[in-house]
Amino acid sequence: MLFLRQRASLVAETIALIDFGAGNLHSVHNALQAAGAHGVEVTADPEVVAKTDRIVLPGVGAFGACRDALAGIDGMIAALEQRVLKQGAPFLGICVGMQLLADNGIEFGEHKGLGWISGIVEKMEASSADIKIPHMGWNDVTPQTDHPLIEPGEAYYLHGYHFRAADSSEVLATTTHGMPLVSAVGLDNIVGVQFHPEKSQAYGLAFLKRFLEWKP
Amino acid sequence: MTVRIRVIPCLDVSNGRVVKGVNFVDLVDAGDPVEQAKAYDAAGADELCFLDIGASHENRDTIIEVVRRTAEVCFMPVTVGGGVRTADDARALLMAGADKVAVNSAAVSRPEVVSDIASRFGSQCMVASIDARLVEPGRWEIFTHGGRTPTGIDALEHAHKMVRLGAGELLVTSMDRDGTRDGYDLALMRAISDSVTIPVVASGGVGNLDHLVEGVTKGGANAVLAASIFHFGEYSIAQAHAALRAANLPARS
Repeated sequence: MLFLRQRASLVAETIALIDFGAGNLHSVHNALQAAGAHGVEVTADPEVVAKTDRIVLPGVGAFGACRDALAGIDGMIAALEQRVLKQGAPFLGICVGMQLLADNGIEFGEHKGLGWISGIVEKMEASSADIKIPHMGWNDVTPQTDHPLIEPGEAYYLHGYHFRAADSSEVLATTTHGMPLVSAVGLDNIVGVQFHPEKSQAYGLAFLKRFLEWKP
Repeated sequence: MTVRIRVIPCLDVSNGRVVKGVNFVDLVDAGDPVEQAKAYDAAGADELCFLDIGASHENRDTIIEVVRRTAEVCFMPVTVGGGVRTADDARALLMAGADKVAVNSAAVSRPEVVSDIASRFGSQCMVASIDARLVEPGRWEIFTHGGRTPTGIDALEHAHKMVRLGAGELLVTSMDRDGTRDGYDLALMRAISDSVTIPVVASGGVGNLDHLVEGVTKGGANAVLAASIFHFGEYSIAQAHAALRAANLPARS
């Protein structure tokens, strides 16, 4: 019975997948559906965001371009802040969608982020000649704290910039590529992951399923 | 640990059909690239590469449809190469669900396409595909059009130019070895991988699992691409991973 109730609540829930032109938008949509989501709405409408149960922010490419595209949707950042920060809707940021949570991003100039998780996003520097950048491929997700979304495993990473968190208590998981890198950040109802759950086969789909069932 | 060595099966696609077939037993339609992609996804391939070898213009829409259908059912990274000439070509593939695009001939004739793609969509998705042949000991030259057309361009200089223009990865194919099953051109791989800061994928010539291992230990590659050894069922992805691990290389379990 409990299983049936959970299933029913998943069916009834709406998930707003924010469309600001990010390249992984459709892949994230496909993966959310494969993970069991039924009510995914791909949207650039702040009014949809204001009423949704959960929010997913995708993103690949350059920080500044993603930030400008998101800020270019009239009322979107205000709607996200209202729904996530004030009303506590569960939020997931993926890759650049996670990096946008930072205070600032330094990629082709300095850009302001959302400032929901304190830290900056900056270029990775190779610590030795055999460390290639971008960080591209499967690597560990090593939990740093007990969090219902974060399980140890292997996930796919594809990034040349990384999140330097100001507060280590907001780092949920790390990975290692020549140096320790932040793999996941979180605070209350907000989680951001550097890896791509939509491209991480069974691990990624299980992660998205946990997000869909998360009651922060 | 650290980032894993990637094992990448590559499917040649023409007009929406796989050209060199896969011999997985339980495929409903073995010529359908999506069916084969699903099989590799289930087998735990680290990435998949579609090489679109059909040259016609109408074919662009066909490969985009293949990528879109693949992204609906496969949850692994996909690189698409062949016929990518402009940033808009790249955009169409990325929006359909590709994670990276490989640019080959266009990057030789019009290198600025590399910086166009990198600046619009990020270096992480811009793969420069380099087809090279040995022209004298220690010197390789770029060939285009499937290795048929010499360009006079030095392969190492071209590789460095691709990095400067914003490529995030190099896919290096030895046209001397491609199809021979004699193993990668390890000297070519080593010369390029030692002189660039971005990941290098070794391609061309794999005939057995030792060749995959050598691509990393002797060639310095970060990923190993192969076609026929996987397609014809000689070796599984799991066996490739196990061979890498047996050589003390990081590979997915």
